[in-house]
Amino acid sequence: MLLARIVGTVVATRKDPRLEGKKLLICRQIDPDGNDEKGYLVAVDTVHAGFRERVLIVQGSSARMAQGCKDTPVDAAIVGIVDQVAQD
Amino acid sequence: MYLGKVIGRVVSTVKDASLEGRKLLLIRRLPQGPSVVAVDAVGAGAGETVYVCRGREAAFAFKPQEVPTEASVVAIVDTIEREL
Repeated sequence: MLLARIVGTVVATRKDPRLEGKKLLICRQIDPDGNDEKGYLVAVDTVHAGFRERVLIVQGSSARMAQGCKDTPVDAAIVGIVDQVAQD
Repeated sequence: MYLGKVIGRVVSTVKDASLEGRKLLLIRRLPQGPSVVAVDAVGAGAGETVYVCRGREAAFAFKPQEVPTEASVVAIVDTIEREL
């Protein structure tokens, strides 16, 4: 799973019917210290995350196991809002 | 699958229901790779060398429950033997 920060939203009117009602968020990958890394991805929100929040993203076919994503055309889902990252 | 080192933990209160009660570990790929967040399936702890499973198969560690993860810690490494 990836650590990421929400940097924006995506609005799409015409889309796969199974994506209706799902929030699409633009997420930028971050390192454990919170610094931005290269690349971004669009993920489906399943935990009601908000702008600038740090989140956990699951990618690939496992994203379909997130709540409400079964049998949907999704390959990235936000499955957690990060409270704290503790490094040893 | 690859070897990693546990370098920290991730705390999350609001998360997918099937992730509740699961430990989220921050893993750095050995020898010096990128870090990834993995769900712990074996009770690994800080500083330990672990075996990480990536991809769809990572969720199999928690069967029959369906846990949304694409990275799981599936073993704690005791020793590694290798020739140069």
